[in-house]
Amino acid sequence: MLQPSLENYVETDNSESLTVEQAIANLKGNDQGLRYYAAWWLGKFRVREPLAIDALIAALEDQDNQTELGGYPLRRNAARALGKLGDHRAVPALINCLDCSDFYVREAAVRSLGMLGDRACIPKLIKLLDGGLEAAQPILGSPHLAQPYNAVIEALGELGATEAIDLIEVFLEHPNELEQYAAARAMYQLTQNPTYAERLIKALKADQVLLRRAALSDLGAIGYLPAADAIAQTSAENNLKLLALKGILEHHLENHPTDGCYLSETAIKIINLMDGLQERYDS
Amino acid sequence: MTNTTREQELIRAVKEADSAYSLVKAVRILANAHIEAAIPTLIAVFSYNNPGAAELAAGGVVRFGKTAVAQLLNLIDDYNYGGRAWAIRALSGIGDPRAFDTLIEAAETDFSMSVRRAATKGLGSLDWEDMPKDKIPAAQEQAFKTLLLTCQDTEWVVRYSSVVGLQGLATAVVVTYPDLAETIKTHLAQMFKTETDVTVGTRIQLAIQQLA
Repeated sequence: MLQPSLENYVETDNSESLTVEQAIANLKGNDQGLRYYAAWWLGKFRVREPLAIDALIAALEDQDNQTELGGYPLRRNAARALGKLGDHRAVPALINCLDCSDFYVREAAVRSLGMLGDRACIPKLIKLLDGGLEAAQPILGSPHLAQPYNAVIEALGELGATEAIDLIEVFLEHPNELEQYAAARAMYQLTQNPTYAERLIKALKADQVLLRRAALSDLGAIGYLPAADAIAQTSAENNLKLLALKGILEHHLENHPTDGCYLSETAIKIINLMDGLQERYDS
Repeated sequence: MTNTTREQELIRAVKEADSAYSLVKAVRILANAHIEAAIPTLIAVFSYNNPGAAELAAGGVVRFGKTAVAQLLNLIDDYNYGGRAWAIRALSGIGDPRAFDTLIEAAETDFSMSVRRAATKGLGSLDWEDMPKDKIPAAQEQAFKTLLLTCQDTEWVVRYSSVVGLQGLATAVVVTYPDLAETIKTHLAQMFKTETDVTVGTRIQLAIQQLA
């Protein structure tokens, strides 16, 4: 009966207030809790100061903050933050993280490399797909696959890595839906073939809300205009639907700049769908 | 079976549901049955921490319109956070000005962006004519002041709905209070110059276009 509401973990603006100087100092300090929090905080509040970037890059090699199972929580948070800060100096250090023994550090680094949009990481990302579908099968008793395939495939799509098309295509047949969606999303970005985007529209009717949310985020990311109505109608939180439509609207505006005065019919249509989601008893 | 027994049975099915699935099913039936005596039960569902059931219940309550407002307002304070959020969304949807103070407070201070979003939109689509005549201008100015504040929210989605709210308010007052309508237009033009989010900026552009 207790379905967690997405809101519970996306709406945390009640965070403890820090100053930039304090956060940087905390990140370099000895209190592991404060270091972990500071790394998150610098990303959340988009602190792009060189000192912050340096401290976060250094934290990617931290040895002290380690879990029983060998995970590196501080490295994970630092890697996530660096993706949000848009400083390309972080790229080599993030590429090094792709060899980290901690799956979640690799995953965070892949996502951040995708966000930074620096093609230098493409060969290393492609290497993570080694072994293809066979190596990517679910592992009994493990909550994740051998590599963060999902993130790798999305990043390759985002980076326009057409040389990876063949390697990505096989993932359309992966047993996990999320990997299939990632492959469909990247294949659409790399080929512009609508068949792949249509697969994601179909996923908006998946039984599990988790899958519908993933499809929403993918369709928003590729800005696939014909999905707009299906997005507005799918059963998921309105905030997520709005985010997906925002992606579509901005993709449309990028390709069809307005004359500065009147909006296109298409733009107005998307806005009307968004306005409809502003209503009332939404989730 | 008499009508009343059947009604009570539908209400009991919601109260006694023992799984997420049976709850959603029972709430769907009860919400569609449109039974006035079931309003408190539907409001209670808001606090069950089941978004699917809460959405159906809220839809059912909103369909009662003004009939449900007093109960929504009365029950609101005793509720947990999730329940309160759904009640505010329902009040926003109904548009009865008796909810005015609640919506103002939610728009300005609620920590959930979805609630602030619903409340700002609601402030722009109140049925003003249901308010005592002498109170209307001051309330409209207050709504404008609150929306000015929420136009500066850190979340794009709240700024977006604030623009929708402002457009609704400007449209509502264009005949009765043209000065306020002009002030809103000026503000939107000002906001357009500084807004950095492309989607919010586009929404402002559309509001200006449609208010012209």
